[in-house]
Amino acid sequence: MAEEFTILIDGRPAPARPGETILTVLRRQEVETPTLCTHQHLTPAKTCRACVVELKGSRPLVASCERKVEPGMEVRTDSERVQNARRGVFELLLSQNDVSTAPGLVSQAEALGADPDRYRGQRYDRGFFDDNKLYVRDFDKCILCYRCVEACGPDVQNTFALTVAGRGFTAGISAGFDETLVESACVFCGNCVEVCPTGALMDRREHSMREQGRWDESRQDIVQTTCGYCGVGCQLDMHVDRERNEIVKVTSPDQHPITLGFLCVKGRYGYSFVEAEDEPAGAAKQV
Amino acid sequence: MAMHEAVLLRRRGAEQRNLKAYVASGGLAALAKARAIGPEETVRILTDSGLVGRGGAAFPAGRKWESVRTAKDPIRYVVLNTDESEPGTFKDRVMIESDPFMVLEGLLIACYAVSATGAYIYVRGEYGRVADLLQQSLRELQQAGHLEGIEPQGRPLRVEIRRGGGAYICGEETALFRSIEGYRGEPMAKPPFPTVAGLFRKPTVVNNVETIANVPDIIAFGAKALRSRGTERSPGTKLFSVSGHVARPDTYEVPFGTPLSELLQMAGGEADLQAVLMGGAAGTFVFPKDFDLALSYEGVAERHTTLGSGAVIAFNRQTNLWQVAERLGRFFAHESCGQCVPCRVGTRRQHEMLATLAAGRGQGDERGLLLRLSQVMTDASICGLGQTAATAVRSLMDAESAGLLAH
Ligand SMILES: Cc1cc2nc3c(=O)[nH]c(=O)nc-3n(C[C@H](O)[C@H](O)[C@H](O)COP(=O)(O)O)c2cc1C
Ligand code: SF4
Ligand code: SF4
Ligand code: SF4
Ligand code: FES
Repeated sequence: MAEEFTILIDGRPAPARPGETILTVLRRQEVETPTLCTHQHLTPAKTCRACVVELKGSRPLVASCERKVEPGMEVRTDSERVQNARRGVFELLLSQNDVSTAPGLVSQAEALGADPDRYRGQRYDRGFFDDNKLYVRDFDKCILCYRCVEACGPDVQNTFALTVAGRGFTAGISAGFDETLVESACVFCGNCVEVCPTGALMDRREHSMREQGRWDESRQDIVQTTCGYCGVGCQLDMHVDRERNEIVKVTSPDQHPITLGFLCVKGRYGYSFVEAEDEPAGAAKQV
Repeated sequence: MAMHEAVLLRRRGAEQRNLKAYVASGGLAALAKARAIGPEETVRILTDSGLVGRGGAAFPAGRKWESVRTAKDPIRYVVLNTDESEPGTFKDRVMIESDPFMVLEGLLIACYAVSATGAYIYVRGEYGRVADLLQQSLRELQQAGHLEGIEPQGRPLRVEIRRGGGAYICGEETALFRSIEGYRGEPMAKPPFPTVAGLFRKPTVVNNVETIANVPDIIAFGAKALRSRGTERSPGTKLFSVSGHVARPDTYEVPFGTPLSELLQMAGGEADLQAVLMGGAAGTFVFPKDFDLALSYEGVAERHTTLGSGAVIAFNRQTNLWQVAERLGRFFAHESCGQCVPCRVGTRRQHEMLATLAAGRGQGDERGLLLRLSQVMTDASICGLGQTAATAVRSLMDAESAGLLAH
């Protein structure tokens, strides 16, 4: 293991190890840092710019989630420049996006004192897609964090169904040539849904329950089990609506050594058999 | 008005533009000399000449070459950036159309000096004639055997011409690499820099056409050749694309240090100008009180402007510069790759505000908001596009406060 060294964070020395990012050091030092696009199991996309810091010797601010530490680095997070840039990122997003299912984004914006009405202008109007039975896509909520692209691509799923299409303000997530998901290469693992930070991608079940005002996480229990479809041994967390005694969502813990939170279509969406009526004992088989 | 001797453009308008004529006028002597003195000495001469990149960032060319020459990885590339998409910029096209062989000789010297295993020429999509001319000239060089003995493993050097698809961002070096590799043209984070991990993540020299066009003379005549013109800190000559409200819009070659006013006179239009936009869309507006500025890297820095891509766009007093700013704003919003929030949303918001102001329908707070937004874009964007998308607007607001605008 390579030698630990020291970097300066807001003038205070902090231990750092080769290969880790500035953000890792910031978190270890408990320096509050807003983030949107970075994800513990995905390659840093460095696209949201919420996590920028001032780095001595660099003219522009740098993304702390992406930049690796080097001995002697001097980082500032408390300057007006940094605060202004971070606030600006959130104010710009709030000026275009529907953030109704992105509480993390909203709370970070509030913590920075971002003014949601700072910028006027055209908001996103890029459509709601309900083209398959398992999950819906509401791109007015998409902040183009690239997490879904990376999860579908080389970081997790290697299916490469998703890409970014278009440029500038019109850039958006596309399943290749604007195909429906069913026509696309998608295998419905739901790993893009799992990593989406804004609810732009959402299980269809959750979406329709929200529409009906029935989605209430405080009413859900988590029941752990191991997926029985194959021998890999993925842990499943069944989210059970306590009052209706029905499974409403399946996830896997993001620190589980086998899944890291990622599943396949069977584990994530193939649960309705649990609630199927038992066959009456001794019933004659219909041929 | 002084007449300046054409150096880079000396073969402009020549009757014959074939390899034979090029060689007859002294061409390919530099490549032969490079082969005789070896890569290390070749790079040393380039470094001594003080040549800096003409693509906008003014990075010393010799330093770039030296880090690739001494890289550990045996696979290296040289990329000729012929994307030239900055508004008002056309000097690389004129350079190639005037003297394709000088540019290609420079490219071959670069490949030889860094032991490149392959080279790419990335040509702006709209530059069909330029691509054809390069292809034709390259074929002549190849048929005459000049691509042999450059590639370190003894294979003939492969020089591939790639055409852009109509995106300004693909002129940014890392987006350009992605585009050649077959991906979306999206800038990557730096570091790592191209000299360490460039095209296909291999050590790469990427240079602008004009930078490379300077190489043959420097190698043939020595570092002093470049230093015999220009200023101490900006040796050599510079190509400027002059356009707009001047009588003779064209590409002009002048020694560094020439006053802007003289360049404007050469183009036939200093009298009624309100301002010029220096350096392209990412540059700044310069007003007559500063027309005496010296066109050198130190000269423009002193007046807080830039040479940028070498674009000089002139505007007369009838022009409403807010309308010009609106057009620039539209350009950036259209050309943003869309990857990062400050630029994707910021260039859009900036354009919306500029459109309001240009139409005279401002609500009073646009200028303050533009200033605030410009800081966010400049500080937090990933690449040079977002970082400079507000530069011209900021300079316009400064000029407005100083009472310099005609409207
Ligand atoms: C948005 C953007 C567009 C660019 N377009 C070009 C271009 O069209 N041609 C070019 O030579 N350099 C362009 N550059 C600069 C290149 O990234 C790079 O610095 C240059 O090609 C290096 O060559 P040089 O050192 O010879 O100048 C652009 C940079 C940015 C940020
Ligand atoms: S469900 Fe899986 S395969 Fe389909 S787009 Fe999402 S990550 Fe890709
Ligand atoms: S759909 Fe979700 S995960 Fe994908 S880019 Fe948009 S916000 Fe990110
Ligand atoms: S600054 Fe603009 S062009 Fe550059 S990476 Fe960001 S969105 Fe793309
Ligand atoms: S969290 Fe670092 S750029 Fe998005």
